Amino acid sequence: MSRTTARSAFKVTFWKLVFIFLIAAGLYATFIRFTRGLGASTNLNDQFPWGIWVSFDVLCGVMLAAGGFTLTATVHILNIKRMHSIIRPTILTAFLGYILVSMALMFDLGKPYNIWHPLIMRNPHSVMFEVAYCVMLYTTVLALEFSPIVLERFNMQKALKAVRAILIPLVIFGVILSTLHQSSLGTLYLIVPEKLHPFWYSPLLPLFFFLSAIAVGLAMTIFESSLSSKHFGLQLELPVLQELGRVLVVVLGVYAILRFEDLANRGVLKLTMQPGYEMYLFWLEISLAIILPLALLLQPKVRSSANGLYFAAVLVVLGFITNRMNVSITGFEGSTGVRYFPKWTELAVTGMIIAAGFALFGMAVKYLPIFPKEELAHDEVAELDSEEPAVSAVMEHAGD
Amino acid sequence: MSKALLYDSTVCIGCKQCEQACAEQNHLAYNDAIAAEEIQSDHKMTVVLTRGEKFMRRLCMNCNDPSCASVCPVGALKKTALGPVTYDASKCMGCRYCMVACPFSVPKYEWGKLVPKVQKCTMCPDRVAQGKPTACAEICPTGATKFGERDDLIAEAQQRIHDNPGKYVDHIYGLQEVGGTSVFLLSAVPFETFGYRTNLSKDPMPMLTYRVLSHIPDFVPLGGMVLGGLWWITHRREEVALAEGPKAADDKKNGRTR
Repeated sequence: MSRTTARSAFKVTFWKLVFIFLIAAGLYATFIRFTRGLGASTNLNDQFPWGIWVSFDVLCGVMLAAGGFTLTATVHILNIKRMHSIIRPTILTAFLGYILVSMALMFDLGKPYNIWHPLIMRNPHSVMFEVAYCVMLYTTVLALEFSPIVLERFNMQKALKAVRAILIPLVIFGVILSTLHQSSLGTLYLIVPEKLHPFWYSPLLPLFFFLSAIAVGLAMTIFESSLSSKHFGLQLELPVLQELGRVLVVVLGVYAILRFEDLANRGVLKLTMQPGYEMYLFWLEISLAIILPLALLLQPKVRSSANGLYFAAVLVVLGFITNRMNVSITGFEGSTGVRYFPKWTELAVTGMIIAAGFALFGMAVKYLPIFPKEELAHDEVAELDSEEPAVSAVMEHAGD
Repeated sequence: MSKALLYDSTVCIGCKQCEQACAEQNHLAYNDAIAAEEIQSDHKMTVVLTRGEKFMRRLCMNCNDPSCASVCPVGALKKTALGPVTYDASKCMGCRYCMVACPFSVPKYEWGKLVPKVQKCTMCPDRVAQGKPTACAEICPTGATKFGERDDLIAEAQQRIHDNPGKYVDHIYGLQEVGGTSVFLLSAVPFETFGYRTNLSKDPMPMLTYRVLSHIPDFVPLGGMVLGGLWWITHRREEVALAEGPKAADDKKNGRTR
């Protein structure tokens, strides 16, 4: 495609330098991690056994990939066809997200080569066991949901047909698995009522994690569509994003009501007014995740503008990242009496994983039919049409 | 049948022989520097704390319904019928959820090693299986740490509190905490002095997560049915709309299903 050739000449840009720096630092940190162990490569200790690799790379990673199940359910189960145009980039984001989460786990686990143990050593009473199984199965589901894009690229009609035949059961299975493990990441923390700060410990943690995953799934879809349209010069699917924005308002509203009702029921509302470390981080989270985005999205003018939606989506994503960090780090600092801040090696590995995510997304867009042809520049469409009449038929099934 | 330990801190003289015996039993180094460390770690499974003239041991409580065993995804940690909560390093993948979950913050990790494992007192399971007392109880010169039948030790602890009014805090630590443990502590000063949590629930902690997990077998078929039903309805609508004529078909093209 001409898009590829135009960009193939290697030019040193600011972002390329950032990318090279992140990968280099990450590789060096990887070397330290696997030659000198967790103690030398992290600020973790017996008081603080879970750090940023769990908080950000796993908890946030899974949350950021939630757009996959939200959108496949919308398009394939609820049959809302106008969302079809954004389903491929969303599935790509989700699939990459889960691959990166699995990659991060290899760093965090003390004995990563035993990662397969839950397959044969089962403890059904363990939330971690359930999460392990769901993530494993859902990554497989995502691979299958993603496979038509690759199969199409190489014109493997038989395999395509086979995948499409099982598409609906596959989507249903994926939605169930996602519901289970997105909420289970919250369930993980139900067992530590005496350790986790009351701002974040709640019997409703599973529900909060699930609802916020949906909110972030929607926000990430808006974010990633906006970014792609800028970066790859595609036409923005504004009406679709506006609709996502409207649903986002509802989800955020429900989340906000439940969250504050829960705080009130547990008698913690008063505490949120007493200045302190936890209080500041609590309000940072609430402002970013709920107050500011709702204030923005409730204005029709903002909700219908591309920039307004983009900005609100970024706030929601940052807000719930803060939420996951609060649940898994801030909330434990009081009871353990230890302040945790990641070591440079921990940050470097996380940075490398994020950089890898962006790079893989870019590569997938370059070499695979991720975006529908209507979005390409006009001359390219003409070119595609003349070369491959099958493309338009194929695109009808985009994201299958 | 189930065994337990009773530690009476008023009898303890702080000689730390239990620390040394524990280290030997578990093949860990022990010297004056390690003896001076007042914290449980990967090389110190039990520790005798000193606050003025009062002493207190810290060790794994070997809970009846342990959080660590419940959260371990691979079942590396297990509660045995005899009392000890054991650990199988070959199963462990190093997720460290046990460390996060333990209400007594007992499991410690070998952070400095490339092939690390969790370290915690396992109540000398091999010795107990052979009918012998734990290493710490066997060596104790004053009988401050006593090994025996769980029920007998509970009765004895109650008797000691009853016979010596004012000597003890009226509380057998470990009797009710998180549903009961296999280690009981008696103290003359509040347990908080030594960092013990006294706000723990009387119910076993694993119920907190299992309550949610136990719904999964119901949720999966239900979720499948609801989603499948929704799919059927939305696609049936589309078929009907298509069959009803060009107006409806036109709507459909624009993505409206109604």
